[in-house]
Amino acid sequence: MSTLVLLLVTGLGLGALYFLVASGLSLIYGLMGVLNFAHGSFLTVGAFIGWEVSRRLSDGSWWALVAAMLVGALVGALAAAATEFFLIRRLYNRHIEQVLVTVGLALATVALFEGIWGTDPTYVTSPAWLAQTTEILGARIPNNRFLLIALAVLVLVTIVGFLRFTRYGLIIRAGVENRTMVTALGIDVRRAFTVVFAIGGAAAGLGGVLASIYYGYVSAHIGSSLLIFAFIVTVIGGLGSLGGAAIASVLVAVLQQFANFYLGGTGDLAVVLALAAVLLVRPRGLLGAKGSTA
Amino acid sequence: MTDPIRTESPRTESIRTEPARTEPILRVRNLYGRIAGQQVVEDVSFDVPGTGVTALLGRNGVGKTSTIRSILGLIERTGEVTFAGSRVDRLPTHRIVQRGVGYVPEDREVFAKLTVTENLRLAERDAHPNRALVEALFPDLVQRRAQLAGTLSGGQQQMVSLARALLNTNRLLLVDEPTKGLSPKIVGEVTEALLAAAATVPILLVEQNLQVIRRLADRVVVLSGGRVVFTGDAADLLDDPELIQRYLGVHSGADPADTTTDAAVPA
Ligand SMILES: Nc1ncnc2c1ncn2[C@@H]1O[C@H](COP(=O)(O)OP(=O)(O)OP(=O)(O)O)[C@@H](O)[C@H]1O
Ligand SMILES: [Mg+2]
Repeated sequence: MSTLVLLLVTGLGLGALYFLVASGLSLIYGLMGVLNFAHGSFLTVGAFIGWEVSRRLSDGSWWALVAAMLVGALVGALAAAATEFFLIRRLYNRHIEQVLVTVGLALATVALFEGIWGTDPTYVTSPAWLAQTTEILGARIPNNRFLLIALAVLVLVTIVGFLRFTRYGLIIRAGVENRTMVTALGIDVRRAFTVVFAIGGAAAGLGGVLASIYYGYVSAHIGSSLLIFAFIVTVIGGLGSLGGAAIASVLVAVLQQFANFYLGGTGDLAVVLALAAVLLVRPRGLLGAKGSTA
Repeated sequence: MTDPIRTESPRTESIRTEPARTEPILRVRNLYGRIAGQQVVEDVSFDVPGTGVTALLGRNGVGKTSTIRSILGLIERTGEVTFAGSRVDRLPTHRIVQRGVGYVPEDREVFAKLTVTENLRLAERDAHPNRALVEALFPDLVQRRAQLAGTLSGGQQQMVSLARALLNTNRLLLVDEPTKGLSPKIVGEVTEALLAAAATVPILLVEQNLQVIRRLADRVVVLSGGRVVFTGDAADLLDDPELIQRYLGVHSGADPADTTTDAAVPA
């Protein structure tokens, strides 16, 4: 029983990380049809710079952690908005070029991060409570899992609220359905593109700071390794569906934890098999839209 | 290559007392449009005067929709488009629309997953949109404001699409087949709504239903093979069964979309 609870909560925590990356991927694909392979770099740069700032403030205090998260989100947002503005904007509807540019950017930035921060992991110091455990139903759960889950839920609620209750949200939802008609109503949909990139980048940057708490360190590859699973989550959830991404994040991460524990470390394989199964049964993913806007 | 003068066909000279010999609101010259590398609009030139309804006619697939989409920059185009005295053929679509164009696309293109209210809010460009006007024209939409537009009937969706264009104070409406696939009753309602709108804003109208054309059109521009083959007073075309047959491929009194009575008088 205690193992079950531990695996479940750890799965939820990992799912929270997947969601923070996948939410941006899904929004960006939904509105613009862009597969953003550079998304992991937004996460990594948010994590590195977030912790740089945090370290200079004071190591291991809550206040430094909050600063790291805010800075990480801000840096992620800026990096993403700049990527959209300077690179992607010129390539709308040119999908091959988009893939080449974002893959290239991902590879180049990883090399850049290694140049700046080295190839060894940079260990991070977070508040002591996060490294301690809390007992639930006999399972000793690392406290950082609770922080991850709470913040992912907060991000989900914030994005959903933004989409539902703001004018930009309305433009984005309409643009996901029919981008052309949005422009034909006199709306500069490209501004919504930048906003969506910034939101996705902010979630990823925050995810970067949280991922380094989960793993205990930052490295130049932290983003690219999470990105692989985030893509799988996005496809399983249905490209363009935020709710689908949330559900799939949890399902994939929990499945991964259970398979790792009970089936001798076959978590990654189980995830790929789940992806294949979903694609066979529901090619558009769990909550995928009927019509693609790409 | 057609000389632009050719579109000012001899019939244009026969125009009786035209109210709008002033500056046209829209001037199209040598417009070419391409979709996926294929030429769908070829050297089209015509004017839309500053008042009344100009009908853009022609057989199916002749390029009417593509002409409108070229004007709006929704497809790749070259040529000269002058709107309200300034060139707009290099502007992106949203800039052209912001200058005061309302667009009612073929097949309505409402946002299916947004509510009626959200569809209308999205379309509001003016600081003080004419909500009251739209609610008076389409009371159905008021009742269904919280309904997803995708679950509306075709007629109701067309009302949403029209309402999006009528909410703002525009200087030109581009309306593409507003009565397509609608029941006779709704066709009548849509026609009357457009007639009311035409009192305040010039309209470029694509329409297949001859009765509706008779009711609304002041002037006609006929396309064939992607080019303009006739420009003139609506009556010149509509009173000539032979021309109707030649240009539109229908018999004047027997348009299949028409009800049997063809008693409507030219507006
Ligand atoms: N997306 C597209 N891809 C390729 N060809 C297209 C596309 N859309 C239109 N066409 C072609 O362009 C030509 C003009 O089409 P358009 O829709 O402008 O005609 P239309 O006069 O509006 O026809 P209808 O009366 O049926 O609405 C047609 O030959 C059509 O096949
Ligand atoms: Mg058409």
